[in-house]
Amino acid sequence: MNIPTNLKYTKTDEWFDPATGAMGLSDYAQGQLSDIVFVEIVVGIGETVEPGKAIASVESVKAAAETYASASGKVVAVNEDLSGNPEILNKDPYNRGWMVKVEGADASGLMDAAAYTKYCEERAH
Amino acid sequence: MTYIPHSPKEREAMLAAIGVKSLEDLFKDIPARHRFPKLALPPALTEMEAAAELDELSIGNENVRTDLVSFLGAGAYNHYIPAAVDHILRRGEFYTAYTPYQPEISQGTLQAVFEYQSLICALTGMEVSNASHYDGATAVAEAANMAYAQFRGKRNKVVISPTVHPQYRETMRTYVQGMNLELAGDDPKANLEAGPEMLEGLVDENTALLIVQYPDFFGRVYDFTSLIERAHGKGALVCVAANPTALALFKTPGEMGADIVVGEGQPLGIPLSFGGPYLGFFTTRKQYIHKMAGRLVGETVDNRGQRAFVLTLTAREQHIKRERAISNICSNEGLLALAAAVYLSLLGQTGLRQVAELCYHKAHYAAEKISKIKGYSLCFDAPFFHEFSVCCPKPVVKINETLLEHGFLGGYDLGQDYPALKDHMLIAVTEMNTREEIDALVDILAEVNHD
Repeated sequence: MNIPTNLKYTKTDEWFDPATGAMGLSDYAQGQLSDIVFVEIVVGIGETVEPGKAIASVESVKAAAETYASASGKVVAVNEDLSGNPEILNKDPYNRGWMVKVEGADASGLMDAAAYTKYCEERAH
Repeated sequence: MTYIPHSPKEREAMLAAIGVKSLEDLFKDIPARHRFPKLALPPALTEMEAAAELDELSIGNENVRTDLVSFLGAGAYNHYIPAAVDHILRRGEFYTAYTPYQPEISQGTLQAVFEYQSLICALTGMEVSNASHYDGATAVAEAANMAYAQFRGKRNKVVISPTVHPQYRETMRTYVQGMNLELAGDDPKANLEAGPEMLEGLVDENTALLIVQYPDFFGRVYDFTSLIERAHGKGALVCVAANPTALALFKTPGEMGADIVVGEGQPLGIPLSFGGPYLGFFTTRKQYIHKMAGRLVGETVDNRGQRAFVLTLTAREQHIKRERAISNICSNEGLLALAAAVYLSLLGQTGLRQVAELCYHKAHYAAEKISKIKGYSLCFDAPFFHEFSVCCPKPVVKINETLLEHGFLGGYDLGQDYPALKDHMLIAVTEMNTREEIDALVDILAEVNHD
C-alpha cells in the first residue's frame, strides 16, 4: 500500500497535502472500492469546505462512496480531468487523482503517514 | 401451508434483544377487538362454483376488442396487438414482472431489456434508455428528480406546461412535496390556445427543468426546437413527454435537442386493461447517465469472450447508494418492456410508421367530418396527430351516454380538468377504427344535437 510521508490523512481515508492544499482519496480507499467508474466533484471554486463535508461522489463497480474534505478552507481549484477519466483514482490517487485544492487550510487533527499506516493495518485484521 | 424460517429459539432471542416477552406483546397497541374482526364473508365456494361465478361476472365486462367501438384516448390508446406479443410474454422463461435480483444468470431477460432500450433510443432519437419505469406519469416525475440532482439542488424550479397530461401533472405535484422544488406553469386556467412560446417567460436561471408534451394532451404537435434552445440559454434542462407511436411519423425530440425524453409506452403492444399495468419509458443523453433512475442493462463480453449482458452502473441505485441515491426506483416493468420490444420488432420501422400514418389519416378524416356537423367545431388550429379537441353543443357526459347506447365509447371530457373547456371532447382515432365506425360516430353526434 502506498502511503506517502509528505501527506496527512483522515479516518475516512482522505489525504491532504499541506504544501499545496490539495486533497483526495487514499490508495487504501481506491483499493477497497475497486474499479472506479464515476466521479463527480460536488463543490465549486469559491465554496468553503470543512472536514466531514462531501467534496466528491465516487462510484465503483460494486460500491458508492462520498469523499469528504480532509481539511477546511476555500476551494481554489477543481480537478476537471477526473469526471472523464475516473480510473485515474485507481491508478494515481495521490498525484493526478487530486480532487480539489483549498487555501487557508486548517489541517489540525489529521494523521501522519505512520499513524495512518497503523490505522490501515489494524483494519486489515 | 405455513412456512416460517425462524426457529422458536431464534424468535426468543430476537424478542429478548428488543426487550419484549412474547410475539403477542408486539401487537398490544392494537385494541383486541380490531385484531381479528369478524368478516362478513359468505361461505367458501368450491373451485367449480367459484369458476362459474367468475365466468358470470366476466360476462358483465365490455371491452374494446369485442363489445365497444372506442374513440377514447387521453393517454391510453387502443391499438392492434399482434398475437405473437402475448405468446412470447407468456413463455415461462419471461413470465415475471421484474428484472431478477440475481440478474446475470438470466441472460435472456437481460438481452430482452437491452433490445428494448436500444429500440426506445432509436424511437426517441436519444442516447441512453433505462430499463423502464412503472408508467408515463412516473417517468415524467423522475425527470424532475433527475434534473434537480443534476443541479445538486441549486436550481429549485420545474416549469411544466399546462398541456401535459393532467394525471402526469398530478403525479408531479405529489413528487415535489417536500422536495424544495417549485412547480410553475401548472395552471389549467392558462391560455390553452397559445403555443409553446408561452412557456418561455417562465424559464429562468433558477429553473432545473422544463417539461412539455408531444403531441400535447389535446393532440397538438409543435416543434419545440426553438423553445428548447431558449431554455438551454437559461441553463435549464428540457424533458419531452412523447407518444411513441407519433415518433414514427414526426421529428424526434432527440432531434429537437431535448435532454430527457419520456413517455407512456402503453401504445406499444400493451392492452388498455382498465388503466394498467403500463410502461414508462425514460431516455436521456450519455452525459446525464449517472443521474438517471432505474435499472440499466449493458452489453459486454464474458470470460470466454462471448457476448453477454449485465446490469450496469448499479452503484447509482438505492440498494447501494442508500439515502444518497437520487431515486428510490431500483426496478422496472420487465414484462411490459418485453411486450414493447416484441411489438416494435414485429412491426419494424415501416410497420410502426404505417400504424402512425393510419392513425393520422383516420383522425384527420374524423376531424374534418365532425367539424362539419352543425353545432360542433374543432377547438384548435394547430396541427395534430391522432387526437383532437371538439367543442360540443351539449355536455360531454350527455353525449357519451348516447354514444354508449350505440356501443360507442366516446371521447374524454376536457371540462373535468380545464374549466375553460367545458363541453369539449377529446377524440382519439387509431388504426382500429374503420371508416364505417367513424361515419357512424358522426351520425350519432349529429343526432345528439337534434335531440
